[in-house]
Formats: sequence, structure tokens, C-alpha cells
Amino acid sequence: MWHRRTTTPPPALLALEDGTCWPGVGFGKIGETTGEVVFNTSMTGYQEIITDPSYYGQIVVMTAPQIGNVGTNPDDDESHRAWVAGFAVRELSPIASNYRSRKPLDEYLNDHGVVGIMGLSTRALVKHIRESGAMRGAISSVNTDPARLIEMARAGRDMNGADLAREVTCDEPYRWVEGVDAQWYVEPTARPPDDPSAVQPHIVAFDFGVKRNILRLLASRGCRITVVPATTTAEEVLAMQPDGVFLSNGPGDPAACTYAIETTRRLLGRTPIFGICLGHQILGLALGGRTYKMKFGHRGGNQPVRANGRVEISSHNHGFAVHADSLPPDVEITHVNLNDGCVEGLRVPSRNAFSVQYHPEASPGPHDASYLFDQFIQAVRAHAQSASKDCAQG
Amino acid sequence: MNRLTLNPDMPKRTDIHSILIIGSGPIVIGQACEFDYAGAQACKVLRREGYRIILVNSNPATIMTDPEFADVTYIEPLTVELIEKIIAKERPDALLPTVGAQTALNLATALEEQGILKQYGVQLIGANVRAIKLAEDRQLFKEAMEAHGLKCPQGATVGSVDEALALVGINTGALPGDSPFLRAQFSTLNFPVLIRPSFTLGGSGGGVAHSEAELREKCARGLRESPVGQVLVEQSVLGWKEYELEVMRDYKDNFVVVCSIENLDPMGVHTGDSITIAPAMTLTDKELQRLRDMAKIVMRAVGVETGGSNVQFAVNPDNGEALVIEMNPRVSRSSALASKATGFPIAKIAALLAVGYSLDEIPNDITKKTPASFEPSLDYVVVKVPRWAFEKFPGADPTLGPQMKSVGEVMAIGRTFKEALNKAVQGLEIGKIGIAGAGVGEPASESAIEAQIATPTAQRLFQVFDALRCGLSPERVHAATKYDPWFIEQFCQMIETERALAQHTLDSLPRELLLQAKQEGFGDAYIAKLLKPGAAGAASWLQVRAKRRQLGILPSFYRVDTCAAEFESSTPYLYSNYDGFDESEPQFQKPKIIILGGGPNRIGQGIEFDYCCVHACYALRDLGFETIMINCNPETVSTDYDTADRLYFEPLTLEHVLNVWESESGIAGEGAQRSSPRCLTPVLVQFGGQTPLNLAQALKDYGVPIWGTSPDAIALAEDRQKFAEVLRELDIPQPENGTAMSLDEARRVAAQIGYPVLVRPSYVLGGRAMGIVYGEEELQEYIEEATRVSPDAPVLIDRYLEDSFELDVDAVADGERVVIGGIMEQIEEAGVHSGDSACMMPPLKVSEYHLNIIRDYTERIGLRLGVKGLMNVQFAIKDEIVYVLEVNPRASRTTPFVSKATGVPLAKIAARIAAGQTLEAIGFLDEPKLDGFFVKEVVLPFNKFPSAFYQLGPEMRSTGEVMGHASTFGHAYAKAELGAGERLPSSGRVLLSVNDNDKPNIIKIARDLHRMGFELLGTRGTAEFLNRFGVPVVAVNKVSEGSPHVVDYIRRGEVHMVISTPLGQRAYTDGQAIRAAAIQHRVLLLTTLSAASAAVQAIRAMRAKDFKVRSLQAHHGITSRP
Repeated sequence: MWHRRTTTPPPALLALEDGTCWPGVGFGKIGETTGEVVFNTSMTGYQEIITDPSYYGQIVVMTAPQIGNVGTNPDDDESHRAWVAGFAVRELSPIASNYRSRKPLDEYLNDHGVVGIMGLSTRALVKHIRESGAMRGAISSVNTDPARLIEMARAGRDMNGADLAREVTCDEPYRWVEGVDAQWYVEPTARPPDDPSAVQPHIVAFDFGVKRNILRLLASRGCRITVVPATTTAEEVLAMQPDGVFLSNGPGDPAACTYAIETTRRLLGRTPIFGICLGHQILGLALGGRTYKMKFGHRGGNQPVRANGRVEISSHNHGFAVHADSLPPDVEITHVNLNDGCVEGLRVPSRNAFSVQYHPEASPGPHDASYLFDQFIQAVRAHAQSASKDCAQG
Repeated sequence: MNRLTLNPDMPKRTDIHSILIIGSGPIVIGQACEFDYAGAQACKVLRREGYRIILVNSNPATIMTDPEFADVTYIEPLTVELIEKIIAKERPDALLPTVGAQTALNLATALEEQGILKQYGVQLIGANVRAIKLAEDRQLFKEAMEAHGLKCPQGATVGSVDEALALVGINTGALPGDSPFLRAQFSTLNFPVLIRPSFTLGGSGGGVAHSEAELREKCARGLRESPVGQVLVEQSVLGWKEYELEVMRDYKDNFVVVCSIENLDPMGVHTGDSITIAPAMTLTDKELQRLRDMAKIVMRAVGVETGGSNVQFAVNPDNGEALVIEMNPRVSRSSALASKATGFPIAKIAALLAVGYSLDEIPNDITKKTPASFEPSLDYVVVKVPRWAFEKFPGADPTLGPQMKSVGEVMAIGRTFKEALNKAVQGLEIGKIGIAGAGVGEPASESAIEAQIATPTAQRLFQVFDALRCGLSPERVHAATKYDPWFIEQFCQMIETERALAQHTLDSLPRELLLQAKQEGFGDAYIAKLLKPGAAGAASWLQVRAKRRQLGILPSFYRVDTCAAEFESSTPYLYSNYDGFDESEPQFQKPKIIILGGGPNRIGQGIEFDYCCVHACYALRDLGFETIMINCNPETVSTDYDTADRLYFEPLTLEHVLNVWESESGIAGEGAQRSSPRCLTPVLVQFGGQTPLNLAQALKDYGVPIWGTSPDAIALAEDRQKFAEVLRELDIPQPENGTAMSLDEARRVAAQIGYPVLVRPSYVLGGRAMGIVYGEEELQEYIEEATRVSPDAPVLIDRYLEDSFELDVDAVADGERVVIGGIMEQIEEAGVHSGDSACMMPPLKVSEYHLNIIRDYTERIGLRLGVKGLMNVQFAIKDEIVYVLEVNPRASRTTPFVSKATGVPLAKIAARIAAGQTLEAIGFLDEPKLDGFFVKEVVLPFNKFPSAFYQLGPEMRSTGEVMGHASTFGHAYAKAELGAGERLPSSGRVLLSVNDNDKPNIIKIARDLHRMGFELLGTRGTAEFLNRFGVPVVAVNKVSEGSPHVVDYIRRGEVHMVISTPLGQRAYTDGQAIRAAAIQHRVLLLTTLSAASAAVQAIRAMRAKDFKVRSLQAHHGITSRP
């Protein structure tokens, strides 16, 4: 626990495409990286953020100033690897203090090949992004020549039009069985169903960059889950005889995922659909709506969302959103962000589909919206029952 | 997006029109001015919403009791019978009990249970009795938690010591063998166990017991302290990590966590005595969200439908197991801290929720654009460090435990924990310029160090740093303290920085290292001390400052914005750091003024001075100034971000104040690059007590304009010798006096003056280390203490005027004219610190002739010193001669009391004078007339320090005050006593035990009591003396004479009032045992004959006529809502 890295950290620089430079020192992997620079206001949960595939291609700046305090552990990974393109913090803890920690963050990032930069004025950087919008950046802890790095930043990939889901998705379909670790859930809604003998609905979950906690929450609710690659077709999905389809979160521009939009369009009405984040945007697009890139997005664990007359404090990570007025009239906007009025959830009762822009699986963040999983399971069970009735009648 | 404003169409309750708000009463340990902050917020916002606000609070030194804060303000004792009278008179529709601490909750419960609320049709809002009881009754709470699947520590509620012993497997035989309790609970716990009395404040009466003897003693005390005679005996979770969540819930079941707070000190130390950090630093998201879910369940289980609560948890560091410890269904000390730490005004929002709003309907004050239904995100670290006053209570147990003992706190904000901790320590004003040595000598061995840091005390943080400096490994420090390793690692980093600094002289100090030290919060003064002396000797803090500025290492000021910069914020709530990119945006169009606050509360400097600072703010804002507040005390109204136009949450050190001043004056750079100021922002130092006064001269020397009384005049009044010359010149008598810089000198001076003498250090407040010395042997002891308290300052020695009586005058002056605000007569005789003495207005015993002399002296002194603003003069009258004891050209402790009694806002007038107005222009030319009698009584914290020596003396020990007013002195005094928690008996038994000097004067008191039908008991000497004069007194044994003795009578509740006057200084006599027993058993105790005779008058008045209540507005003819 008291082990500290002894080597002197090298100087590092974060350069933005607008030419501003933010000096610091390197940690994690000593090297270079480019990505879209975004900030996250969560005060806890850096490990979940680092391993969330939705951050693929992004350099994440944490607004909380002291990061790494509790180290990293095998259970808090949200996927099999780290996805952030780079990680920027005000101060990194040289030690890890938590009974579950196995590795300090520095070492963890190094092992996962993530370039980190610390010691920069993160608040000023965040204000800059807030005012100028998310933009491309480059970090180097090997060559801090500003002109070179600014060029590197400008040569980085533009998020607009980037189809990243295809890059982070799984290669092959696979089964998911692991549920949540019950010790983290004290509220009864998140516990496994009382009746284990109940029929286990089969959920086909599209992996556009899916977070493990989504799959765990579904599994804990008694679902059989098949996770499929992003490019799986509607026919392939229907061949698996799903009781419901889940559209996962993921990185990049939703409009670029034309294949997934098409697939979703074909699945609509055939089976209950639940989408989260990118999955929500894909559903919106499949329904005929439009998406847009936000100035700097929502990333944090404290966003107020109004739904059903109540406010949920929710976990967010999105740089794109669905245009409210682009949606056809049969689409209900169920969730609205109280900070900026942005669409956070929609429902199409006629097609048995609904989605939310934010993260009801939390991890990190508050658990206020976990009822959405119950809502999905209810829809799935109702659908399965009526389907079997149809069968019996047919 | 548009600004969010409360929509008038929104569903605020329209079925209620008037709301009664109960304040928290006098400042006591565990319940301080954070409740003035909360109550003032609630009054303000509900009044703005159009409700008629009826306020009752016994504490005159509060902002909330300013007549403009409520439609009707009652400064009356907080008892059921008086509140019933207020309800009967005002007929409020609703009662809001959640902003007045446990006091208000307990009163609300009593009013409800006695059917008074129902009788008058008053609705309880913001809380319900069931929730209040559930949260406070530890057994019910535990059951409710368990029913909802949450775990609490093992334990049981007991009503007797025998039951408590049974829990740990000791059968005393007192419980019947078939008792269900015995059967169910026998031997369910192991030592150590925690004792927590039900329904007490600040953990009062709580403790940890490691043995049978300790359990017997502490359980017995807990049972006495608990108003329901119950304590919870609980499995100790000593060493577990302690967390708190500040949460809010509305009627729609919206729920937010405003702030998470982590305690550096693990379980076992009351959170009020812990160093605390926000946000929680050592939890994974999984663990934090679990606590959040648990808090949500707690709110629901307790039944808090709307409002703010505080939920405390213990977390096992080895496996993460989380237990619910307790919850407070109201705003609390922690919620005040959380409000200041996050910018989320919990009390204000709780008040709005209580009248029917929901969180999403209320705008976030700071961003104006987002709603209050969110959870603040902090991009900084907040550290709170308590301040204790053990030095004032010789004999008190300095070990920290479940009962809160601190009297104040500082909060600091930094970009990192290190920066915030360093700033907090500098703000404490305990003579530390950094986290330097504990100053208790180097312990001999590592095991001695470990033993030392294993015991939580006020010194522990400093001892831990010393231990690490001495080379004790972080592992062993962790093992001894159970501080989370992450914090210890942060300490190690700070010590490494110290070591790096110590390698350099000022000249060789590299920029990066200096920047790093500043980013870690090191003060310039501490850096100067750590550096190696250069060729020109040791560096001074000014040299470090100059070098730092030359190197361009300037503070930047960041905003507390609730959202980690995600949204723009419009509220200038600022803290300094060294990350660059200043956000302070000072303006240079409008005139501005800086007001220095009072820093952490301590005995002698508390809420009264904050009251004055706030008044100065309001007055200057009205004059068109932009007001800028600097303070570091999170409990105060002055640090509410909407009190001043700009708030800098900074330590009140020269360095931090100058940083703000330079920034606000537009001064950048240093040396040749130093820019000329864009404005010379004036600074006010006379409102925040001694803290800003101590900075005045240095600020002036630096070129800062000090408005109001000049630092020279302040120094003149403080400098005994010069001041004596002034009085000689004015031909005003002063007790003979002298100053001494050494013990020899002191002996000489004392001999010359003649014993008894009054000895004290100069430049301290509250009579710190002040004492009456009767002979040369005692003198040495006092001189040593005085030089320790105030090192380089001379010791003052005065003739002690025995049997004189004292008066206090508060006045304002503008340099041309002096106008008296009020003359107070002390009820206790001379020798008792004026801050500890009850006093009354108008004076009763003093002739008009002497009053005129007093007026004349006050005027002449004020003019001679050139006072521009407030001044306070203390007088003594002995043998028909009026003496001046001291003059303080600044706000005084009694300023708010006088202002409340007279209706004249003295502090506001003083602020306007400081800004250049004359008394004539203001229209305050005559001493205000009084209508009726006003008595101020003090509250002493001896019940928190059961082993401390009880005696009133020249060193101030009280924590708070109340006011009683009525048309007769007797009623006013009785109300004041009642407000202070002392119920005067109207019949019963009185125990008399007085020293020989007092015997002649006890005769009348005893006779009066006898005539009113009281039965009198007396210790042998007193009884025999009184019997000789025909007063029937039954003699009882002294303790040494065997049972049944005096203490037995007190212990058995057979005595209803004790008059016991101590003999001499620090004499441990039987009297001490009597007084200790009286405090322990909550029997009214009077230790001076003047107080006893006032009590007799009060009892007589009470027997003759019932109390009446009268609002301040009615009193001063203020019509509300023009």
C-alpha cells in the first residue's frame, strides 16, 4: 500500500487543436496519444470511466483534483481493457488505499498503455473546454514540443462522423451470465428476482461498447444474455429468438452507425427494445430522428433528469444527443435534462421500444434509474407471454 | 437559457400564511452559530415568499433576531410555556422546527405531545414528530434500520447501570433473574463499548468504556444527561472509518446528496471534534453509492418527507462493511459545513421544501441557470479543523471521544487536501504558522510516540506530523491512529516538501520548489522558518513573499460554483490557490471595502463579533459599497455567500489578507514590475474581535488603508503604559497598575501595588490566562502562564478592586462626538470576567451621579483616543470612586445585546462612521432610553467538562448568552435564567454554603427565602451562623463528615437550588464537591451572592405574576412590512 513509484516523472504537455498548451508531468504510459478532450465531473469512479468503451478516442480530464486515491481492483473494470485515449488529472495519488485495491492507478494505466498527464490546471482547462467546446488534443510525455503536438492534435480524428462502435465491439457473439455483486446494492429493486424458477427471458444485447454493469443488472434480473457484435443483422438477431433486444452504450457519432440504425429499424416492433446512450441515439435515428454533437457534452454523476414527475440524479457520458423536434409524433419524450433541456429518454409505445441517453447502470454514479431495467424486463415478459399466447392460439 | 426564478405560480403552500420558527438558543458546545446561519436563511427566504414569520430565540447575539429578519421577533426563553404564550398571541399557522438544532426539535415534540399545537391549530412543517422521535430514540432508530435491511452497531438501550453491566456480562443481581432484558441481552457485547445518551446535543454525556468502572461511571452520567433517562450501549466500532452524507429529500421523493464528508479521525471521536474532509477521499464509487442508497433508505425509514438530514456511517476499512450510526432529521453543524463547502444552501432550500416546493422548482443560487435538484460536484478539497479551549478548563479530560468538546472550527478550501489542511491550520489562530511541532517535547521512544498518537487529543495532528518527522513509519502511524493511509501519505508528501525547503536558503530556493510548497498550502511565514539562514541571516516572511512575487508566484482565486466549472457561475465565492488562471474578476468602478471577520469561534470571541461583521456588511452595502468579506469560520452568517457582495473563504493571516487586498486593489507583480494599485481598497478591522485587530498595525505598515479607528489609537488603548498616561492626562482614575516583562519585575510591581492583584497578558481576548493573585507564590505561576499565552507581550498587573462592582459601556464615536449606546451593570461582583457575568440594563444599583461620571469619562476617552466607530469601556465603582478598568476601541461582546435592548444598530452606525459619515449625519446623538429591564445571562460549558474546576473568575469561560426582558428586574432576571437553562424554583429546598467573607451578606437572602417558604439546608458553618441570626437552617454534613452529606442531598434530587460561594483562588474545598454535584445533577447553582440576591428577587417576581411575552417590534415600535 505504501509502495510509491520512485522514478521522476517526465515533463508532459497536452496541446489542443486551438493552439493552447497545458504543461504537466507524465504518468501511466510514457508516450504519446491523441483524442477528443472532454471532462468528467464525477468525484469517484475513475476506474469505471477509464474502462468504459464509450470513452474510446477521448482524452478524459477529471475535474475532481485528487485521483487514484483508492487504486484499482479487478471488480471495477467496466470492460476487459482501458479505453480512454488519455487521462488528465490535477494530482495523482502515489499510493492506493482501499481494501479492494490491487494496483495503483499509475501502474494500471501503464499496464493498459494509457498515457496520463498530471499537474495541469484542470479547472482552467475545463473552463476552456466549456467555453470553446470539446476539441481534439494530443498528449506527449516524450517530446513536449508544442508546435509538433498542436499539429498532432489537429491531425487527430474528428468525432463528427466517426463510427467507433465498430472498433470497440466484440468479434463474436458470447453469453453473459454474471450478475451484480449483491453487496453493492442495498435497495431491493436491484436484487435478483425472488422466484428463481421463473422463465428466463432471452436478451440479445448489441455491443456498441457495452459496459459490464448493464449486462450484470440484466443478468441479476434473471435474463439469459447473448452479447452480439455491433454489425449483427436483424435477421441474425431474430434467428436467436430474443425476448428482447438491448442497444448498448458506445463511443463515436451515432449517425455513422448506419448498419446499426438499419438493424434497429428492422427490429422495431418485432421485439421489445431498450437502448442506453449510443443505443438511445441509434433508436432515435432508427425512428427517423436526428442527432447532433453537443458543445462539450454531459459527463458526470450529478445530472438532474426529470421523468415521471420526479428527478433522478444520473450518471452521464454523452457528446451527442437526439433532437427533440426531429422525432415523429408517436415518440414520447420521457426524460429531460433539467440543466439544459436536452432529451434524455424516449419511448415509442406502439413499437414497444424505449431508451435513455444517460446511464441507469451507473457505475460510476447514483443508482436512481435502475428501475429502467425492471421496466425493460416487464416489457420483455409481457411480450413473451403474449407471444406464447399467440403461438398457442395459432 | 433563462435565469431560473421561483415561479409564483408554483405549488407553494397557500393554506398557511404565518410560520413560527424556533431558534437554537444560546451558543453551547455542539450547538453554535451555524444555527443562526441556518435560521437566518430560513427567515429570509420564507419572508421573501410572503409568509409572516414569527421568530423566537433567546440568543440576542444572533442575526436572525434582528427585527428586520422576521415580522415578529421574540427574544424569550425557549421553553414550552413561553412558546405556548407566543403561539397564543400570534396564532401561527405552522411551526418550522428544523433550523433550530435539537433544541427546536425537542420543543416541537413537547408542544405536539402536550396538545398545544393541536389546541391552536398549528401544523408542524419540515418534520414530523414520529420522524424526530425515531431519529433520536436510539432503540427505535435501530429497529427501523434493521427493518429496512440496514445494519447498525450491536447494542441495546438501557435505563439503568445494571442493565448496561448485564450487556457486557456482569450480573449485579439488581435485575430479576427472569427479566426478559437479562435473558435477551446478557453478555451480548464486549468491551470497549460506546455510551450514547438519547435526546442530547453534541453527544453530550457520551463516552467510551473500556472497563466495568468506566462503564458504571459513564453510563450513570449518560443516564443523567439524557432527558428521558436512557442511553444506548453499543458495540464500539473504534477505528472504523467515519463518513457523513448531507442529504435532502422533497415531497416528490426527490433525493440528493449535497455533500459527502470523511472524518480523518476514525470512529470514536465525535464528528464535531474530528478533522473532516469534503468530499470523501478514500471511497471507491461502489462504496460511495452504497452509502448513498443507504442514506436514501434511512430518510424513508425515519420518515423525513421534506428537508435536509445528516446521516452518519461507519465503514470497516478491512472489508468495506458499512453500518448506519445515526441521523439528524434537521439542519445540523455538518449541514452548515456542507453548505459552505459546496455552495448549496441547505437550510434555505429545506425551508422552501417545507412550504411545498420541490427541489426541481428551486433554482441553484450559484449558477442561477440550473435547478437545486442536483448533487454538487467539487473540484477542490475542503478541510475543517476544530478548535478547542481545554486551556480554560484546568482539570478537564483532554481526550477526545463521543462527546463533543471543541468550541469552534475553521474551514479551508484548497485544490488538494494538502493545501486545504495547511490553510486550515493557519486559520486556527493557535499560534501555528504551519503544521509545526506539537510543542510538547520530543517523546523518548518510538513506542512512546505511538502511545501518544493513539490517543485522540487536540494535539494529535501535530503529534502525527512530529512522529513522521522523527521517522516513525507510515505503517506504524496508521496502526496507532487508524487514519486512512491515504491521508498519512499526504502528510508524508508535506514533510518531504518541508525537507526540500530546508535544503535551501532564500537565495538558492528554486522557483519550482517554492511553487510546489505554495500549491501545498505552505504559508510564507512557515517557508521562511524552514529555509536555511542565508548570508544575511534567517529569511523573514516578507522576504519570502517578495521573492515569491518576483518569481511571479501569485495566488489565483477560484470560484466555488457547485458544478466543477461545468456551468458559468455568477456568485463570487472565492478561495485562493496557486494553480494560475485567476477567476476573481475584481471590479474597479464602484467603491469597495474589505471587512475582516473573526475567524474560528473560541471562548471570548464568537457569534457576537460575527454579528457585528454582518451588520457592517449590510450598512456599507446600503451606502453603495461593494462589500468584501474575508473569513474562515464555516459556522457563520458572514460566510454565507449572499451576506457580502464578495466572499473570500481564507485564513485571517496577514499573508492571506494581503493577497486578497492586492488582488482587489489591482496590484500585480513585485519589485520593478509591481503595478501601481488601481484602487486602495480600505479594510475594516474593528468588527471581527481581536483577530483582525491583531493584523491592523501590520496592514497599515504595508500601506493598506484602515478605515475607522486608527491602528495607532487601537495600540494606544492596548498599551497599558501609554494608556495610563492618557488617563492621568485626562484625570480619570484607574486602579494602580504596572507592566512587567519578567517575573522579577512583576514581583516588584505587585509589591508596590499591594495584593490582591489582577494579572493578565496583553493583546488577548476573553481574559485568557488572567487571574487574581493573592500572594507572591501564586504570582510566579500566573506570570509563566501569561508569557506562554502571549509570548513577547508585557504582562499587565492591576490592583484588584475587591468588593467593587463593575459596569460596561458600549458607545460609538466619530472623532467629534461620543454617543453612549448602553450602560450595563454587572450582576456578579468584580473579579468575574465581564463575559461571564450576568448583566442588566439599565443599571439598578448605581446612582445617576456616578452614571454621569461614567458618561463623562467615556466621552473624554473616546475623543482623546480619536475613536471612529465602536468602543467599549469597563468601569468599576469602589468606595464611591469610578475607575476605568479598560477601553477597547472595537466592537464588543455586548454590542448585539445593547442593540437588541435599545433598538439601535450600533455596529451599523459604526460602519457608517468608518466610511466617513458623522453621528450628526446619521442622526444618532443621544443615549437611547430603555423601556423595561434587559438582563443578559451567560451559559457555561462545565457540564461538558465534568472533571474541571468550577469557578467564575477573571478568565472568561462561557460559550454563549441569552437575554431576558420584562417590565421588572425580577421577571427579566428569571427569564434570563430560564433562557440559560436554569429553572428558578418557586418552592422547595435551598442549600447554603458560603465562605466567611460572604456570611454577613447571606442573612438577608436566607431570610427572604425562608419567608417565601423555602426550606433551608446549610453546611455546618453557614447553618450555625444563620441560626444565630434567627434564620432556621438545618445543618447537614460535609462530605468529609460522612453520609448523609450535602452531596447525597443533591444527588437524590432533594435540593432545588444551591448557593455556594468559593473561597479564594483555586482552593479545593468541600465547596468544589458541592458545586460539581450541582452541575452534574442539574441543580441551579449560584456562586456569587449578588447572583443569589438577584435570584431571590426573580423568585419573588415569578411567584407574584406570570411571565409575559413581548416582541422586539412591539417593544421598539417597529411596524413590520412598511
